[in-house]
Amino acid sequence: MKRKSFIKRTAAASLLPVFINGLTFRSYANSPLLRLLAAKAALNDKVLVLVQLNGGNDGLNTLIPLDQYTNLTAARSNIMIQDTKVLKLKGYEKTGLHPAMTGMLNLFNNESSLNVIQAVGYPSPNFSHFRATDIWLSASDSNQIINSGWLGRYLDDAYPGFPNNYPNTDMPDPLAISIGGVVSQALQGPEVNMGMAISNPTSFYNFADSVVNPNPTTPAEKELAYVRLVAQQTDKYADSIKTAYNAVTTKSTMYATTGNSLSDQLKIVARLIAGGLKTKIYMVSLGGFDTHSNQVNTTGGTETGAHADLWSKVSVGISAFMDDCKKLGVVDRVAGMTYSEFGRRIASNASLGTDHGAAGPSFVFGTKVNNTLIGSNPTIPGTVGAADNVNMQYDFRQIYSSVLQQWFGLTKNEAAGVMLKDFDTLPIFKTTGSITDIKKSNISFVSNYPNPFENSTTLKIQTTGGLTQVKIYDAIGNEVCTLVNKILSSGTHEILYETHNLTSGNYYYSVISGSNRLNGVMLKK
Amino acid sequence: MHRRDFLHQLTSTALAPSPAGKGRGLGQTPTTGLTPYSGNWGNAQVLHLLRRTLFGVKQSELDTFKAMSMNNAVDALLNVSTTQPSPPVNAYNSGTATDPDVPAGQTWVNSPISPNYSFQRRRSVKNWWTGLMINQDSTILEKMVLFWHNHFATESDTIQVEHYFYKNNVLCRQHALGNFKTFVKDMTIDPGMLRYLNGYLNTKTAPDENYARELQELFTMGKGKDSKYTEDDVKAAAKVLTGWRVNNLNFSSYFDSTKHDTGNKQFSSFYNNTFISGKSGATGANETDELITMLFQQNELAKFICCKLYRWFVYYDIDATVETNVIEPLATIFRNNNYEIKPVLAALLKSQHFYDSLSMSCDIKSPLDFTVGFCRQFQIAFPPTSDYVNLFNHWAYLQSAAAIMQQDIGDPPNVAGWPAYYQEPQYFEIWINSDTLPKRMALATQLLTSGYSKGSFKLIVDVLAFTAKIPNASDPNKLIDNLLLLLLPMSADSTVKPILKSTLLNGQSSDYYWTDAWNAYVANNNDTINKNYCTNQLKLALSYILNLAEYQLN
Repeated sequence: MKRKSFIKRTAAASLLPVFINGLTFRSYANSPLLRLLAAKAALNDKVLVLVQLNGGNDGLNTLIPLDQYTNLTAARSNIMIQDTKVLKLKGYEKTGLHPAMTGMLNLFNNESSLNVIQAVGYPSPNFSHFRATDIWLSASDSNQIINSGWLGRYLDDAYPGFPNNYPNTDMPDPLAISIGGVVSQALQGPEVNMGMAISNPTSFYNFADSVVNPNPTTPAEKELAYVRLVAQQTDKYADSIKTAYNAVTTKSTMYATTGNSLSDQLKIVARLIAGGLKTKIYMVSLGGFDTHSNQVNTTGGTETGAHADLWSKVSVGISAFMDDCKKLGVVDRVAGMTYSEFGRRIASNASLGTDHGAAGPSFVFGTKVNNTLIGSNPTIPGTVGAADNVNMQYDFRQIYSSVLQQWFGLTKNEAAGVMLKDFDTLPIFKTTGSITDIKKSNISFVSNYPNPFENSTTLKIQTTGGLTQVKIYDAIGNEVCTLVNKILSSGTHEILYETHNLTSGNYYYSVISGSNRLNGVMLKK
Repeated sequence: MHRRDFLHQLTSTALAPSPAGKGRGLGQTPTTGLTPYSGNWGNAQVLHLLRRTLFGVKQSELDTFKAMSMNNAVDALLNVSTTQPSPPVNAYNSGTATDPDVPAGQTWVNSPISPNYSFQRRRSVKNWWTGLMINQDSTILEKMVLFWHNHFATESDTIQVEHYFYKNNVLCRQHALGNFKTFVKDMTIDPGMLRYLNGYLNTKTAPDENYARELQELFTMGKGKDSKYTEDDVKAAAKVLTGWRVNNLNFSSYFDSTKHDTGNKQFSSFYNNTFISGKSGATGANETDELITMLFQQNELAKFICCKLYRWFVYYDIDATVETNVIEPLATIFRNNNYEIKPVLAALLKSQHFYDSLSMSCDIKSPLDFTVGFCRQFQIAFPPTSDYVNLFNHWAYLQSAAAIMQQDIGDPPNVAGWPAYYQEPQYFEIWINSDTLPKRMALATQLLTSGYSKGSFKLIVDVLAFTAKIPNASDPNKLIDNLLLLLLPMSADSTVKPILKSTLLNGQSSDYYWTDAWNAYVANNNDTINKNYCTNQLKLALSYILNLAEYQLN
């Protein structure tokens, strides 16, 4: 690994203390900006904003399946939101948003700036916050440890050699910025973290200059080189950040005035983008989604309470940010997505809360998204066990892969390199001007009979033909088997599923072809 | 190596987080183990021991511990006081809000819960705790209290009830160097923990898995490659723990057998198919003891805790060599001593491995190491106890300074504690970024130069008093050597000393410029000209030292 040849600055002659603003130090060593020699893929001017919802969001009270109301009410009566209060998505009368999400409803129904994806997860879900977060940020499989983040890998490919010879004339600004005091793990590159943290874009500190040891051999040398590198980076990027931040002012009046940290973070992001930073990625976050108890109020209606407050914050923050970007003239360059490490159980607990679950919805915002709902409402069984989860319809890495290809313009192969695997894309962004109609997909119908069943059941699939997979999952979300993995001809197919050794309970089947996926639930007696 | 190969190498390793890390990858791994250290007991070794076990080191502590043997020094650090500190007081009354239940300057910990003053009272615990760290004895106690707070992490924002927050801290103090098994039991039914992880809502009709999961994942078993408990074990443990409640009138927990799930609980093969038979009535509480006994029968537990102690006191990277030479034998000591914590610490802190030169200077200071350590190193004066309003306000300043550097005691980010102690691959490096590093420098510069004023008191380093305690302060060469020895964990770059000397001499070339000025000031503290000269040049020189990257290491 010889890539890490850290910046060497000639410092000895410039180390004499200079006093500015009282007692701080700054040397005036010249470090000539070396032009990047390596050929670099042309980069577009698109910006991505990641909104992380920490704690595991309750998707079923966020994106509400109105056609599952009876079964859902039976499973979570104490936190269920009245169907008349649910905000219906235009064109999708059976699906609605939490009543607190009026801003996001407007983005979908009126502004054509929201794409909604149902039941996003991954096979064999993990229920630990920490492991699940690692999986989402690294884009690993459930049983695989990867120490770099998916965006760190993207940036490492897009800006080879970073931080050596950066900033430069092609990329004078930070590659990625985390708003707050912590740099996101998603920005961890194969060797160095590609991002920087900012909580106040106008306040920096001038550091003493010093040489970064290019080849640390002891732990102490390694940590010393790291601290020196951060000091240098901070110094180098301080001016561009201050300049960008001060170049424009906030134009939207929709931001929260108080008590909404997400809104505050996005307000900074809009100014940095409009102020001219070439930074590709911004990370913001909101915590508190781990609603084991009291996610709704005991009085005042189930549409109020902790979960409502959280989504009100997200909805206000995102809609104000979009409004701001529009008024600042940068809205077409901006896209963002929300994600949380997992969804929550179908059944609520008696503490007016929900425990750790599996799949949940993601929202992608921007004027260039397809204004559609991808996926179908989750199927809620008639009898829901305490451990039953929403079955995943899409792998979160399909979204990442779609973002890389449709937004950042990577080829399929390049995206597969970043994602460490090839994932089918979803029609999230408008590509070449046309909206992909996902309703024209090649699987039109699935069902099973008998249901409930004892020893076997028959799955019926109607398709226009193509490579098709049929997978069976248990109620928690673990894959039981792949029943079919072959090219099906056009027409109706019947597949017998022998189930002698299954324990009784709910099972899901997924029929997958390309980006199209249909799900069903069945009960083994 | 090409990036793809590098990734392949990472991903081809199966699910194996701690303790089997990815190796230091630096070509140098300490191969030493737990054999007692018998080498040189010089400044480097004494300071290393003190930096890791205290917050910052004072010159007087260096002198005291250097006069002892290594064995006695470690024993002295482990000999912690069993007297509990006096509790936090009402220093939070304001002109418009006066706590009706607690007189100013008196403690609130025996008063009823106060929704109106809960926030101020919780703040007072954080400030009080910061004060305890700043005023620590020369023992390991405060580093261990913080260790346990990071291990059994709770958030006061979630606990809400101020008494529970306080009591949770007291519990960490009581068990800091005690028996870990007893500690786990007491923590399991600690009212603050019951509230934080919903244990008090965990009932037979509505089992809540929150505590049962973290008890295994974060508090005892960990997620190492040999930790193979199952989702069903989480559910079974949750059932065992049903029935524990909290009483907001006497601030304690109790067992309500009517909320307890009396069914049988079956655990997986990882726990040797342990079967806990369901019990009704008051004996239902005994199931909790059976659960803890089951956990402590797993070898994985001792390894997991020893890994965490190693990361806390030595370094984050645990490769196969360290695992074999240090972690495994430490875990054996832990088990053989019935999970007493002190013998483990003694073995580690007296080991060849601990004093291996590769174990030195490689910790990045946590925000509390930085802030509290700074106050102790420079012996910053705080208001007297009688002036409790100013005292708590100035502790509060240090507390919030550490909080904006990402270490808010009482409110870590989540139940896993601070990511610097578990997040691969960065670990301690997470503390330092473009937001937090400037904040560290700004605080140090402020406390060294202008000071922080609130009320009638100013927090500021007295550079003259500080320097007077440094040996040979009149000789600029020796003064610089001794300052660098005390303040930096490694020798500084060769360019540093000439700059510092030039600063002390104000650009002149003869040593006597400094020596004469210092001697004149020492002879007559009212000699304004020399006093000002020494003050200014010391502030410049110390600022320069604090600005060095080496100062961020420990």
